Amino acid sequence: MSAPVQEKIPGRLGEMVAKMEALYADLDLAAVRDWKSRGQNRRAVGFLPVYVPREVIHAAGALPVGIMGGADRIEIVRGDSYFQSYICHLPRSVIELAVVGKLDALDGFVFPSICDVIRNLSGMFKLLLKDKFVHYLDLPQNFDRRLGGRFYIQDMQHLAQGIGRLTGVEVTDSALRASIKAFNHNRAAVRRLVAARSDRPWEVPTLEYFLLLRAGYLIPVEEHTALLDEYLELVGRSGRHMMDNVRVVVRGAFCEQPPLGLLRTLERAGCYVVDDDFVLGAHFIERDLDERGDPWEALAEGFMEYSVPSASKYDEHRTKGSELVRRVRDVRGEGVIFMAPSFCDPALLDQPMLAAALEKEHIAHTALKYSEDTGQFQVIREQAGTFADGLKLWSNA
Amino acid sequence: MSTQTTEKDASMLKQKEMIADHFHALAHAKKNGKKVVYTFVPGNLTELINHFGLLPVLPEINALQSGMRGKSAEYIAIAEKAGHSEDVCTYVKTDIGMLKAGNIGPTGEPLPKPDLLLLSYTGCFTFLKWFELLREEYDCPVVMLHVPYQADGAITPEMRDYVVGQIRREVIPAFERLSGVKYDEAKLRAQLALSARAEDDLVWVLESGKHRPSPIDAWFGGVYYIGPMFTSFRGTQDAIDYYRLLREEIQERLAQNLGPVTPDGPAGAERYRLVVEGPPNWTSFREFWRMFSSEGAVVVASSYTKVGGLYDRGFRHNPDDPLGTLADYCMGCYTNLNFPQRVALLESYINDYAADGFLINSVKSCNSFSAGQLLILRELEKRTGRPGGFIESDLVDPRYFSAANIKNRLESYFQMIEARRTGARP
Repeated sequence: MSAPVQEKIPGRLGEMVAKMEALYADLDLAAVRDWKSRGQNRRAVGFLPVYVPREVIHAAGALPVGIMGGADRIEIVRGDSYFQSYICHLPRSVIELAVVGKLDALDGFVFPSICDVIRNLSGMFKLLLKDKFVHYLDLPQNFDRRLGGRFYIQDMQHLAQGIGRLTGVEVTDSALRASIKAFNHNRAAVRRLVAARSDRPWEVPTLEYFLLLRAGYLIPVEEHTALLDEYLELVGRSGRHMMDNVRVVVRGAFCEQPPLGLLRTLERAGCYVVDDDFVLGAHFIERDLDERGDPWEALAEGFMEYSVPSASKYDEHRTKGSELVRRVRDVRGEGVIFMAPSFCDPALLDQPMLAAALEKEHIAHTALKYSEDTGQFQVIREQAGTFADGLKLWSNA
Repeated sequence: MSTQTTEKDASMLKQKEMIADHFHALAHAKKNGKKVVYTFVPGNLTELINHFGLLPVLPEINALQSGMRGKSAEYIAIAEKAGHSEDVCTYVKTDIGMLKAGNIGPTGEPLPKPDLLLLSYTGCFTFLKWFELLREEYDCPVVMLHVPYQADGAITPEMRDYVVGQIRREVIPAFERLSGVKYDEAKLRAQLALSARAEDDLVWVLESGKHRPSPIDAWFGGVYYIGPMFTSFRGTQDAIDYYRLLREEIQERLAQNLGPVTPDGPAGAERYRLVVEGPPNWTSFREFWRMFSSEGAVVVASSYTKVGGLYDRGFRHNPDDPLGTLADYCMGCYTNLNFPQRVALLESYINDYAADGFLINSVKSCNSFSAGQLLILRELEKRTGRPGGFIESDLVDPRYFSAANIKNRLESYFQMIEARRTGARP
């Protein structure tokens, strides 16, 4: 188990970072229990990576809670007995959390379609937690609005009905519009955070950026938006100094999340992460959704037309390579680190295609693997450091 | 015995001839002006592909054939050298490697490039990435057929409408454009009626495993039995003829109270009746089979033979509802079932086929099968009280087939069954 890795930061910013660290470490979901205790019949619904329309859970009166695994903060005692060694780490820590009761505060679970492991995990939850609501959200891979869009809306409505049975709240169009509005505010704040981190990565360290996004998976969206706003205001006045780091884009970490030590290692190795797919669900939809028309259509439009490329989503127009190149250019990235969890089929199968697109544009890249409980970073530090040194040399050539 | 051998040879020869003809047609497709569609086995639309005079290629069949021919190690090495991770599905890497090595098919003739990729990723997300990768290599159009998962253990009207809508609005128009042939519903109905006839005989064959001794091995032998049905022959007279021939041979074995035919000839006495979950290993297929047959272990039912559909649970292609039945077929494949359904199916096999135990062959390459199998093992032991075994291998990567280790585990497992028979508890 690693200790909190953030160095002591003074003042209100330090308090905020400490709060985010505490939320990150809150595997018992004390924050969720606290939220539930502040009202009658409050319900909380967990969701797995990558993307779930949290607006639906919110509109049904429940707290959406991201289940991102146990990182390096829980010893896997029983989870390993459910999975073979060649299955990624996330499901074993999720099962561990479930069977030891750390997810008891959650009344239901949503498993979005992303890969075979998460899909099968949904069925395992059905067998193991028979009294809990379990919904598999079959996100459409056919992006015709009349086909995939219609199916997706029906699926979201089933989800709303299921959560509504837990909360006793019917999801009306007006409630859903209000939820879309709340999440639009949050999306806008996340976009500001993403832009600030990309523009001035020395002011918004990757670790804090990551903790901020993770906090949004445990607290109400309105509180999270306020947290983001306050953080951005404070960090702009923090006087943090720029280091001689290279600017890198990270891809592959959209599901099982890297441990904090790995994020810190990247920066210590001389890499500013100026774009990534960490906690991807928090910035999966690139723009605000329509707040006035049919809210179900607005959510469908968001997923089908305004979501970012991801290995878990069919690349209908064959643009994921060019989109990555465009993103690298936009954020003035000097190179790309493919950083995928071991045994992550979607990320690792995507890698050769993305690498080929980068090579066509002479964008440097390197690849490393991790698992959420990786505890040794020396090799990664050397690899990332070598990559950073190489970029510095090439850019000066 | 010579009569049986002749009869066995008749169905085997028929199948061999059918498959050889198919690959020959593929090798000469371009010359003969035939268009080629690559697609996958689970949830395949074979009747519809044939309907338009298109020729199907199933990359996972090519991969497994490469495994059986001892070529997969070389192909995997080529793919890994080209940047594919050692962690990912070896079917994909075998296919990519085969492509880069000249795309020579299992009969030694070259495979044609696809004119279209029909991406129906029923029960397997890796299929989706696989065709994204092939699209990079072939630069040809892709038609997506998203087949929803039976998450709640049923096919809902919404799921059915979604699949039918995709077939009607996207798949059929794409096939029409590619082939220049108009969709003819009456013709498709006739094809589906042929499918159902062959399916009746396939089910009869699979259910013959309920007899004691079982006249078939429903896993090692079963992969041959499902071959024609799950590749390119469903909805054809050839398929009907093959399954009729096969049924007659097995009827003859039943009449003589004989067990299955193994690579070493007729099986000896049946000592252990097993239900198996998961795909077999292909690189050491015969050696693997021999580890069972030499111990008198016969697989009486398996989940792998249901990856192309659960006919034994009543599904038949229905000519009266051509597109609806194709949708039902796509969604009904084993790997598209949720976990409670899978456990219930295996439990019923263990009971209905009077199995002594069940065995899981967990393959590294296939998370669709493998993720969660250890929970299936526990559930089945709890529900049936019969001993479960667990072995690990891979589909086509010989580096993950440890013969000594698997043999040891199997021997221990058979001892466990014996111990249960004598009343001992583990």
